[in-house]
Amino acid sequence: MHELTQTDIVENLFVFVLASFLGLELIRGVSRLLHTPLMSLTNAISSIAIVGSLLITGRGVSTTTTILGALAICCSSINAIGGFMITERILRMFKRRDDAPSRGGH
Amino acid sequence: MSGLASQQYVYLVGAALFVLSIKWMGQVRTSRRGNWAGSLAMVLAVAGTLMAITFSGTSYAWIGAAVVLGAVIGVPMAVLMPMTAVPQRTALSHAFGGLAAGLVGTAEYLENAPNIPKFVMGALGAEMLLGYLTFTGSLMAFGKLQEIIPTRPIIYPGRNVVTMGTLVLAIASAVYLVINPGHEIALYVLMATSLAFGLFLVMPIGGADMPTVIAILNAYAGLSAAAMGFVLNNKLLIIAGALDGSSGLILSILMCKAMNRSFANVLFGGVGQIVAKSTGTDGPAKQVKAYTVEDAVTMLEDARLVIVVPGYGMAVAQAQHAVKELAAVLTARGTDVKFAIHPVAGRMPGHMNVLLAEADVSYDQLLELEHVNPLFPEADMAIVLGANDVVNPAARNKPDSPLYGMPILEVDKARTIMIIKRSMNPGFAGIDNDLFYLENTMMVFGDAKKVMTEIVADFKRISA
Repeated sequence: MHELTQTDIVENLFVFVLASFLGLELIRGVSRLLHTPLMSLTNAISSIAIVGSLLITGRGVSTTTTILGALAICCSSINAIGGFMITERILRMFKRRDDAPSRGGH
Repeated sequence: MSGLASQQYVYLVGAALFVLSIKWMGQVRTSRRGNWAGSLAMVLAVAGTLMAITFSGTSYAWIGAAVVLGAVIGVPMAVLMPMTAVPQRTALSHAFGGLAAGLVGTAEYLENAPNIPKFVMGALGAEMLLGYLTFTGSLMAFGKLQEIIPTRPIIYPGRNVVTMGTLVLAIASAVYLVINPGHEIALYVLMATSLAFGLFLVMPIGGADMPTVIAILNAYAGLSAAAMGFVLNNKLLIIAGALDGSSGLILSILMCKAMNRSFANVLFGGVGQIVAKSTGTDGPAKQVKAYTVEDAVTMLEDARLVIVVPGYGMAVAQAQHAVKELAAVLTARGTDVKFAIHPVAGRMPGHMNVLLAEADVSYDQLLELEHVNPLFPEADMAIVLGANDVVNPAARNKPDSPLYGMPILEVDKARTIMIIKRSMNPGFAGIDNDLFYLENTMMVFGDAKKVMTEIVADFKRISA
């Protein structure tokens, strides 16, 4: 297996820490009104695991890993396809009487 | 440009879009754009991955079949699911997400063992632990929300020792694999203990604590994806996973704060099994006053400000459309109608907002705790619709109550309180609610939807 260099590891840790702080800031700004669609969206985003699943299945090293990978692709695509669709469905329901631009609202 | 280099640029655009997608989700006005940005980012992630993949043999067919199967399952779920089932569906998709991460981890291990560098093995261990525990924990949460499994906490003596012991064993086997990556048996121990830990973790948690649990599982699913990013040396995975992880973390902190409880208390407190049998021992038996729908209509006729407090009972009775009808009738008569939303009302963060939005209630009528509490003293009527613990004054004035310190909706300050309830069963914690016995409380017993519909019918008869 590819040996990661020290630089790779440190770079990745930098990315992880910075992305986490960015995430914390952004999520704090989300109106409570939208917490359900937010969770539905982040759930769809977590289907990013599909990247790993595609790589495993694509390489097809053994029958076992191919099947495991294909199962993972199936699970991830349920989330990816279904997740964004359901989020859209939820968001379409949020309406205001006057349909004026929304207030931020915390 | 080589395939690998252009792949990185595609990933970079994807990462930026994921960040924007969360940012745009912050407000209703931009939220749909946020969802589209997220979808596009996912398409780019898949496209970028396929660009640089070296396909072998029949792998095309496997990938195609798996995606089609995923779509066949995912699309109907998204299209047909009733809005009241959003918490269950969310739990179920956390389970899929966790399982995907876990399976990828296992496959990575099987492909490469015993030649796995220590850092990579550590990340793999974290990915599998988080992935598999999210899988079973979310299935358990799904079972409880769907009421396949009893929603009350399932507890037994020494459960915390068993739960923590399982976790320690899982971590130990992951550490063992870091040192001896060739010992495949440790992989199976890690998988089994992680799966078991997920079950043990959620089993003792009661239905009303589900908003916190779902948020925590969301964080775990995200973190397992980030761990996968460390294994694959893939920054897009790390960024998307970190965003998810922080989202779940913030939401679970908010939920805990809204209940004035700690993480540890939610996870290990087993709240819900201790039925405090205090009634009857302190003072004379208390009496509630039951009223009819006609009484309710009379009281509502002259009201100027009515505040509705929805809870899980509204979701169970599917009463959101009926209550919207009532709000419309009252508004037409010149009554001001507001909805008071407690952060933990329902079974997931924002649950009540979604149900009321589904019933076409304008979202500027939905007020949060801090904004609505000052309005209760001016309200002629507060209608408590399937909510209980979030309006229990014991949170303010009974230091020995398990609810003490929880921020509540102060409905007891309204001129009249109308409580619509199926029966006198207490809330999730089995805690008696003094609200029911107040001088200005009127109890209307019945199914939330039925009572609402009858009140609306009565009003229509009056005005006809």
